[in-house]
Amino acid sequence: MKIHEYQGKELFRKYGVATPRGIPCFSVVQAVAAAGKLGGKAWVVKAQIHAGGRGKGGGVKVAKSLDEVRARAKDILGMRLVTHQTGPEGQTVRRVLIEEGADIATELYIGMVVDRGTQRVALMASAEGGMDIEAVAANHPEKIHTLVIDPVRGLGDAAAEDVALRIGIPAAAVPQARTLLQALYRCFDETDASLAEINPLIVTVDGRVVALDAKLNIDDNALFRHPEIVAMRDLDEEDPLEIEASKHDLSYISLDGEIGCMVNGAGLAMATMDTIKLFGGAPANFLDVGGGATTEKVTAAFKIMLSNPKVKAILVNIFGGIMQCDTIAEGVVAAAREVKLAVPLVVRMKGTNEDLGKKILKDSGLPIIAADNMGDAAKKVVAALKVAASNKKVKTQAKKKAPAKKRIAPNKKAARKRGAAPKKSAPAKNKTAAKRKPVAKKSRAKKPLRKAKPAPRRAAGKKK
Amino acid sequence: MSILIDRNSRVMTQGITGKTGQFHTRACRDYANGRRCFVAGVHPRRAGEDFEGIPIFASVKDAKLQTGATVSVIYVPPAGAAAAILEAVEADLDLVICITEGIPVRDMVRVRERMRAEQCRTRLVGPNCPGVITPDELKIGIMPGHIHNKGRVGVVSRSGTLTYEAVGQLTELGIGQSSAVGIGGDPVNGLKHIDVMQLFNDDPETDAVVMIGEIGGSDEEDAARWVKANMKKPVVGFIAGVTAPPGKRMGHAGAIISGGKGTAQEKLAVMEDCGITVTRNPADMGKVLRSVLR
Repeated sequence: MKIHEYQGKELFRKYGVATPRGIPCFSVVQAVAAAGKLGGKAWVVKAQIHAGGRGKGGGVKVAKSLDEVRARAKDILGMRLVTHQTGPEGQTVRRVLIEEGADIATELYIGMVVDRGTQRVALMASAEGGMDIEAVAANHPEKIHTLVIDPVRGLGDAAAEDVALRIGIPAAAVPQARTLLQALYRCFDETDASLAEINPLIVTVDGRVVALDAKLNIDDNALFRHPEIVAMRDLDEEDPLEIEASKHDLSYISLDGEIGCMVNGAGLAMATMDTIKLFGGAPANFLDVGGGATTEKVTAAFKIMLSNPKVKAILVNIFGGIMQCDTIAEGVVAAAREVKLAVPLVVRMKGTNEDLGKKILKDSGLPIIAADNMGDAAKKVVAALKVAASNKKVKTQAKKKAPAKKRIAPNKKAARKRGAAPKKSAPAKNKTAAKRKPVAKKSRAKKPLRKAKPAPRRAAGKKK
Repeated sequence: MSILIDRNSRVMTQGITGKTGQFHTRACRDYANGRRCFVAGVHPRRAGEDFEGIPIFASVKDAKLQTGATVSVIYVPPAGAAAAILEAVEADLDLVICITEGIPVRDMVRVRERMRAEQCRTRLVGPNCPGVITPDELKIGIMPGHIHNKGRVGVVSRSGTLTYEAVGQLTELGIGQSSAVGIGGDPVNGLKHIDVMQLFNDDPETDAVVMIGEIGGSDEEDAARWVKANMKKPVVGFIAGVTAPPGKRMGHAGAIISGGKGTAQEKLAVMEDCGITVTRNPADMGKVLRSVLR
């Protein structure tokens, strides 16, 4: 789980990692009041979104007066911040952090991750702070110092001081840096973090060592023992479809293609996506239905896939090992009926009661295309997509006259997504995209997506 | 022969009183020699009871002492699973197979640290894995037994259903398996590809190996380099996640491309370099394996 910078800093401070003083704000009025409360002559207005690269995208500004704070906060709040991590559509800024200004002498980098090779936490430090650390790692690996931490002993004094010296922290500030690194490790360990990053860690002109930024990701598997961190979740920062999926215990991730896929098992799901690509298609999502693909779960999965406006065909690939193919087939048929499926559906099922499952699909009277293996399934769904695209013109005209309306009006969020979608897919897609668009609009967004806004506001309000 | 388990293994189930533990213990007991091999269950407060005739003991130590079981399979829920692994390790079992999905990484870091510090000889498979099967002899885990056939090809994979997919393809082509091992999809786990590859290399009844990996980490590359230097048998490889975008976790906690590392292309290239016959089409894993068998 990702959290905001200001939330990361709250946790940092709890463990004794020095940070600038700052106040998170949701409005311009709050921002000006916060700056007044902090005092001083300069403030930094920082957009709070989960993606990195905020500074480059124009989401971090310095203000030298309260009027400037007002102006900068006004610019940033509500802006669509585009960074290399948000994708071209960007992310709307709903919160800003107002922070006291700092006189920077040096910018450094500190990171912590669980290293799979050594199976311990690794501390990475570099004198090249403030920069794109991935570029440093790629071009100058010698500039990154790595220290693997013994989970029993923790981060020792000598080791921490050594790291501080290696990245050029002045001798007088080394004890501070040692304390900060040790506090950061305790924070990482006790919050079950999967990633912690301070970029930049600064030494101020007057010799203080301060975490100017804070990035903290928490291990999802450990959230059950951190209710205080779960309360920090900001659903505005997450894909509404992914949120909806998690409610049904489905593992879903939106991608850019046109073929929705539903598979059991993460590895097989990735392999199915790869096969679609191999045969000239592009997957619209990753979706793992897990072990128990009940009718209810399959229906939820179909609805979620279809609320993605880009989906023009669906591929279901189930290896029914313990689960029986007839049960899955019944689930697929029921789901297809319930959502009044209007896009081609290719189903590949393997395992116990395979024949019975295929019979159920066939007898359903639904236009389901059966496939024998994964490769066959991928070929068939790509072909079906092409046929559907070329039939589209005729259908579109027919549908324009049809008065039948879709079940439920999409809410604002779905509408917003819909609006953004053609923009996103237009440059990448082939010539038929334009033809397909009208039908696409029709067959999607029937699913009401829950509005996520109130919850995080409440949580954030409590924190203050 | 085979690797890790065979008809002579004696197995206990930790978490035998839960729904999942019972369902799969029953299925394993009903497969091949399961009735003879599944000899004990463990639950701290249910000692003296039994599950369909399988006696329950208070601790792993007791179960080992009373029945001679040296293998354990764990279905304990995530919050208590790490403690369950450590209990089995402390009882000095030969093999622990942890099926449980969703164990915090920090817990596994501590488990692995203890195992290293105590230089224990216990082998850990998993967590978050389907288990291990030696066809027609013994199944320990949640995989469907009936898709397997006895034979001479080893299978090792991080993912459950993708392992079944590979096994299913082999069986359909009339190629049986010596053992199939699911090592699990978590970032910090027990046996890795390289360890299982060594076991298959040493097993006189394995002629070739299918190695299935996925994005994230560098375990597949490590195994590939080992194969180049040591392996006497042909290896066929596939990596899932060519289409996965960086920074998105694809279901498995370990399946994430971070810092530009752990991409499928990179792994496939290293594997190819090391003499592994790779396929980019997962529907062809069986066929490609057949082509390398002489």
